[in-house]
Amino acid sequence: MDSVYKEYESELPPQIIEEVKKHVEKNVSKPRLKKIMEEVYREYKQTIADPGESVGLVCAESIGEPGTQMTLNTFHFAGVSEMNVTTGLPRLIEILDGRKEISTKMTEIHLKKPWSGGKDITKIAKSIKETTFEEHINSIDIDMVELTMVIKLNEDTDIAPEQLVKILSKSVRAFTFKLDKENNIVVRPSSKDASLNSLYTLKEKIKTVWVSGIKGITQVLPVKKGDNFIIMTAGSNLKEIAKLEFVDLYNTTTNDIFELERTFGIEAARQGIINEIQKVIKTQGIEIDIRHIMLVSDTMCMSGSVLGINRYGIVKEKPSVLARASFETPIKQIIEASLIGESDYLNSVIENVMINQPVPVGTGIPTLIAKISKSKGDLK
Amino acid sequence: MSEVYLDSKFIGTVKDGKEFAQKIIEQRRMNKLPESINVFYDSKKDNVYVEAFKGRCVRPLIVVKEGKPILNDKHIEQLEKGEISWSDLMKQGVVEYLDSAEEENALVAFTQEDLTPDHTHLEIAPLDIVGLTTSLVPFGNYDHGVRLTQGSKNQKQAIGFYAANYYNRMDMDVNILHYSQIPVVGSLMHQVLKYDKHPSGMNVTLAIMSYQGYNMEDAIVLNKGSVDRGLARSTYYRPVISEELRYSGGLIDEVCIPDKDVKGYRSEHDYRFLEEDGIIFPEAKVKEGDVVIGKTSPPRFLSSLDEYNLASSSRRESSMSLKHGEKGVIDFVLITENSEGNKLIQVRLRDQRIPEIGDKFTSRHGQKGVISLIVPEADIPFSASGVKPDILFGPHGIPSRMTVAHLIEIIGGKTGALSGRLVNGTVYESENEQDIRNELCQLGFREDGTELLYNGTTGEMYPSRIFIGNIYYLKLKHLVANKLHSRARGPIQLLTRQPTEGRAKEGGLRLGEMEKDTFVAHGASLLLKERFDSDRTVIPICEGCGMIAIYDARKGKAFCPMCGDKVTISDVEMAYAFKLILDEFKALTVYPKLLLKGKY
Repeated sequence: MDSVYKEYESELPPQIIEEVKKHVEKNVSKPRLKKIMEEVYREYKQTIADPGESVGLVCAESIGEPGTQMTLNTFHFAGVSEMNVTTGLPRLIEILDGRKEISTKMTEIHLKKPWSGGKDITKIAKSIKETTFEEHINSIDIDMVELTMVIKLNEDTDIAPEQLVKILSKSVRAFTFKLDKENNIVVRPSSKDASLNSLYTLKEKIKTVWVSGIKGITQVLPVKKGDNFIIMTAGSNLKEIAKLEFVDLYNTTTNDIFELERTFGIEAARQGIINEIQKVIKTQGIEIDIRHIMLVSDTMCMSGSVLGINRYGIVKEKPSVLARASFETPIKQIIEASLIGESDYLNSVIENVMINQPVPVGTGIPTLIAKISKSKGDLK
Repeated sequence: MSEVYLDSKFIGTVKDGKEFAQKIIEQRRMNKLPESINVFYDSKKDNVYVEAFKGRCVRPLIVVKEGKPILNDKHIEQLEKGEISWSDLMKQGVVEYLDSAEEENALVAFTQEDLTPDHTHLEIAPLDIVGLTTSLVPFGNYDHGVRLTQGSKNQKQAIGFYAANYYNRMDMDVNILHYSQIPVVGSLMHQVLKYDKHPSGMNVTLAIMSYQGYNMEDAIVLNKGSVDRGLARSTYYRPVISEELRYSGGLIDEVCIPDKDVKGYRSEHDYRFLEEDGIIFPEAKVKEGDVVIGKTSPPRFLSSLDEYNLASSSRRESSMSLKHGEKGVIDFVLITENSEGNKLIQVRLRDQRIPEIGDKFTSRHGQKGVISLIVPEADIPFSASGVKPDILFGPHGIPSRMTVAHLIEIIGGKTGALSGRLVNGTVYESENEQDIRNELCQLGFREDGTELLYNGTTGEMYPSRIFIGNIYYLKLKHLVANKLHSRARGPIQLLTRQPTEGRAKEGGLRLGEMEKDTFVAHGASLLLKERFDSDRTVIPICEGCGMIAIYDARKGKAFCPMCGDKVTISDVEMAYAFKLILDEFKALTVYPKLLLKGKY
């Protein structure tokens, strides 16, 4: 049995052989298995792209054409107000352009065993959410004569006032913070020559001082997905989330490709691009073969860091001057090429279209190799 | 205290804003303030905004007091007799114009029946809700809104009787419909607009059925018999204009039959229609390339040497001739002068346009389509009474577009045609559909408008009943004769040696970027090269410096001006446009050096 499989080991990917092993009956006869493997091999060969197939262009057409049918929309996340996520064409463009700052960052936090069952789920979720002072403050009153400020705290805050004073004194210099009898924070400038203006700037600054949770996570939403609870968040900060004890890091993802690259590496980013594109496509009810998406993702990650499909990204990497010039900012390309005396070997498609020569795809690839003897009479 | 703003500028405060606003309105109604003033009381902000600025959108409404319109029967009577006019009604405060702001304070009733004591205004007519052209769509309130706007857009492009004095005009690119009719199913607006004085369509018999698949995708099938009887025949007019321009140095254009020694002289044949004055005679049948107005112009750049030359030898030919694909009869010749006193010649071309495959037609409900087939009358389906439809309309255009009014118009048109009366299809105030159906039933037809039809070719009865009736159809100005274009070889541009662009210049049809991609996607590399071969050139390249060499035809040998004739010079095939870009690089002091390599 194994000898049959062994024969194909160098011809077929191991995954396919494993799959055959799994699905073939246990007591299959050897000639029968041989026939099966032959058929599998034939089928496999058929799916491989032919030499000279313009996979890149077919990929571009296959994504571009359904892209024209996509509607521009953002959809609202059920349950949470004001948590709308960009999807559709804007999101697709965002992914493919390789934007550093995406419009709506989101993470999907998966949890480890006891918590994934729903243990303390709301408490955990709340602890992740970033809070600033603004959420703990009722009002700020400024005494213009005394040059002091009284911060009235919210009564239902679950963080102790003493704790808040500690955080404030840590992050704000040149002022002293003290609690009064009614649990209000009294602010006094440390030096005597403080101005009223500085108090006003302080007032705005205090509102944005971080208090608790993970920086960047602006909203949290515990959701039941299948049997397990997960936490969806608006905003993303994988580095900090990874430190939490209840997080199952193997399944936790973000929609920020660059953050994936930073925290998990380029392979994760590659998979992230594929997943994110598929997510967009699925919501639009369009089907694009995953191999096209994989090719795009591979191209974007080929250099070791994520590059967008634009003139600052993968087009910049093209070796041909003419190819770069044919895609946006031609003058800049020509000037830069002429300054260093670049050579163009006319190896890809667009240059050959420009000079009207056969393009090196499909029928343009095979060429005639002939030895032409210089001595007379050889011809004929 | 409410703040008062006049034209968005703060001017003061009043005690009670609401009362103040009401006072202004009353003063306006009593004709003590200009009728163009509008006032809006914002109850949330407690502000009063008075607007008197120009450029606001306003619309007229009937004033309502205590649930009753001020406009009464007496007013109507006087209006009918012509004793009072619209401006009198305004002066009496019966009607007034509201702008978008004051509308916020008003409660407008759509019809008189809707009126309650709370209402402040009444719509003059329900018809008011739609615009001018939209109100020309019969039973428009039964149509889908989108189709209604499309239908009214189409009506603007209909060929009709656009001006009664068309024969004395020199309008560019106009059409006149030969046998225009007033619609059987009309509306109030048709009367108001005096549509019967300038109709732009014809009542046709239309059957909703498929005809051998020829009316797929909105196409329509026409009856050849109807076409021969003059259905949708029109005339196309286009003037050819030329003027004697004056140039510096006292030189002037001259309208004449050009001399043979004029630069750019065509052939004697092309000038055959010109009379002694250099202008064509009326009723001459002309086609493309024929000269209509013969003209010569002075030479472009007059150098001092040229003055000693014979005067006429350097004059240029600048006649007006028919463009590619044009034909027709010379209708009218006008010789006059323009505002600068130059001689101006206008020659009007006339061409009869019989409906042909590709002409665009539409009903008034956005159901536009193109003729796909003109069937001999013998093959057209017929009813038991011998009625043959003029147009066969595909049924697939109906369900998704939901143009119900299109169907109602067919029933209405059928009833009107049979009973010999005009049917009222005014938006919201049309005749009752059921009444029309009942009338049709009394006339001896099925009330749903269907009839049994027989196959015109075989004579067999169709198994299903066909919806057939009369509807008003419009011929749109997009005629194929003005658009049809194809080319295999033809003129090329001087600069790039690529084919020219556009129908007028007999241009090529561009194989664009995305079309190119399809060739690449199929791997059809050599086919792609062949398609882009239009500007192919062979250029000698010096292998020493990599620049373009010069071919010396006398010696039959190429040489390089930089490297001399000692270097190898090879012929290279490339697109002329690429040679051009190399030249442009050189002009920008960028050295494009070509490194040659054996092809194999």
